[in-house]
Amino acid sequence: MVDVLVCVKRVPDSSGQVLLTDDAQAVDARYVGSTLSEHENCAVELAAQLVEADGGTVSLVSIGAAETVEQLRSALAVGAGAATLVETDLRDFGPSDIAHEIAEVVRAHAEAGRTHDLVLLGNDAADTGDFQVPVRLAHALGRPVVTGIRTVSIQDGRAIAHGDAPDGGRETFDLPLPAVVAVSEGGVSPRYPTIKGRMGAKKVEIEMRQPSRAPVGSGRVRLTLPPPTPSSVQVLGEGPEAAPAVVDLFQSLGVLR
Amino acid sequence: MIVVLIETGAEGVTDTSLETLRFARDLAAEGGGVPVHALVVGARPDLDELGKHGISTLYTAGGEGFASYAAAAWAAALIEARDRAGAVVVTAAGTPRGNEVLAHVAARLDVPMAANAVAFDGLSPLVVTRQVAGGLALEEMQLTQRPAVFSVAGHAVEATPADSATEPTVEELAPTLTEADLVARVVSTEPGAPDESGDLKSARVVVGAGRGAGGPEGFGAVSELAELLGGQLGVSRVVTSLGWRPHHEQVGQTGSRIAPDLYVPCGISGAIQHWAGCASSKTILAINTDAEAPMMTKATYAVVGDMHEVVPAIVEEIRRRA
Ligand SMILES: Cc1cc2nc3c(=O)[nH]c(=O)nc-3n(C[C@H](O)[C@H](O)[C@H](O)COP(=O)(O)OP(=O)(O)OC[C@H]3O[C@@H](n4cnc5c(N)ncnc54)[C@H](O)[C@@H]3O)c2cc1C
Repeated sequence: MVDVLVCVKRVPDSSGQVLLTDDAQAVDARYVGSTLSEHENCAVELAAQLVEADGGTVSLVSIGAAETVEQLRSALAVGAGAATLVETDLRDFGPSDIAHEIAEVVRAHAEAGRTHDLVLLGNDAADTGDFQVPVRLAHALGRPVVTGIRTVSIQDGRAIAHGDAPDGGRETFDLPLPAVVAVSEGGVSPRYPTIKGRMGAKKVEIEMRQPSRAPVGSGRVRLTLPPPTPSSVQVLGEGPEAAPAVVDLFQSLGVLR
Repeated sequence: MIVVLIETGAEGVTDTSLETLRFARDLAAEGGGVPVHALVVGARPDLDELGKHGISTLYTAGGEGFASYAAAAWAAALIEARDRAGAVVVTAAGTPRGNEVLAHVAARLDVPMAANAVAFDGLSPLVVTRQVAGGLALEEMQLTQRPAVFSVAGHAVEATPADSATEPTVEELAPTLTEADLVARVVSTEPGAPDESGDLKSARVVVGAGRGAGGPEGFGAVSELAELLGGQLGVSRVVTSLGWRPHHEQVGQTGSRIAPDLYVPCGISGAIQHWAGCASSKTILAINTDAEAPMMTKATYAVVGDMHEVVPAIVEEIRRRA
């Protein structure tokens, strides 16, 4: 039996190009929609697999706007059984604020008799890319933490976690529970929700909370977009009809064997 | 005073750590030429090399507590180095380890941390510009507390040596490590095959494939094209993360840096971290359904279209002419 809490964040679904909000304080999600990052989808999947293997529960927590309920429901549909939303405008929140609010939720649940043995997070948020919330959370809770983890299993009340070594090999960590683990995408393939899963997710009552303190902020001055590099690309054509022009190019570059 | 955590690999100090030293020297120069110190854990890099990169003091931490990687223990050593040096800036490369150790330092000292800086602007207050949204946007962030803690993104600056070399002194650190510092340490490592990416790094031609490949079965035609051109297959991080292809084929900031005569990225958007690994290619021919994708606008040549139609047509055309 393991009680897993997965921390997720509603982020703009921006692969390719991003727009900024008018006040240059955030990435604008208006035209691209919102989603969970791949790291966090993998964290949810890992949690679901742990509970399938050992029994237990998967809960979710998010700090963010009221609309984050959409992302919580989609994660509830693939294996989580409970969810908490600390409703707030994230703009004024820095990484230490996020870590603080998650820690408050973990403590409140523990006081109510729900101890989250394992807290999973995405390694870094897809929008703000701070690379520090998991570590700050662990410090706040006085728990061990590892980051960049691809797979986790529970053995004899310990978390066995695997990540990538700097030279491309694989590293193993062995942590006593309760622990905090930051997940990098790629270790597992997130499942798609079933109709039954979706129906069940709709019925879950989401615990709503307010932030426990005023945020200290992130030090952000503003966001900018990298200057576009002037393009001097030569378009050889469209579709398969471009093949002869491509092979002409290969010949002129002398790369054909 | 600046302290830089440097990482080492089989070939000594890593490129990204040398880049971070350069970034630190630029910042030190702006601050009137304050010294740059370095910390290395569990290794003894070539002092002459570090001297070329302008280090004043090399702090080392070794012994049992550092026999295997533990981020919190490394952070304890970095905090000790910072105390000894009286450093107001603590930095490291924006690698998984660099960011993890700095996060522990920042959490322990209760100061902010900026991940993946690419530039700094002014010293009072210190403002760094850092990569956010996977490098698609930049954030200017003020670091008003001391020490200022930030990591330096790969390829933000060039790893050029200092104008004048130094003769670093070595100081050994023996930070007190607690149980909590060591509980999350590497207990075993399975080596990957370090040479698997060797062919890719030295290839004259690389054919790339990204998310556009569509799935693990989508690499047939690109592999065939690579073979016909006597080249290698290279992929984006999305491809390795999804488990479609092995990591040693990845090109980019966290993969191999390639410098072929010809790079043919197919279905790769050209995110800044991918570009970091392929920018040295002499000629780039991009194939993508989206004519506006960054890779398409940065390339030398482009074909707008579905890689699953275009690449087989190219393969066929090569065979027809052979
Ligand atoms: C710290 C960090 C480090 C990173 N390191 C790396 C790294 O080392 N290497 C790396 O590659 N990435 C790295 N990334 C990830 C990077 O930001 C991008 O997410 C990644 O490069 C995108 O991969 P992609 O181009 O395959 O996918 P996408 O960005 O999703 O692009 C897919 C492209 O394929 C095109 N396409 C779709 N279907 C087709 C089709 N049928 N035919 C033709 N084109 C099609 C689309 O138009 C799009 O341009 C890193 C990110 C971070 C935050």
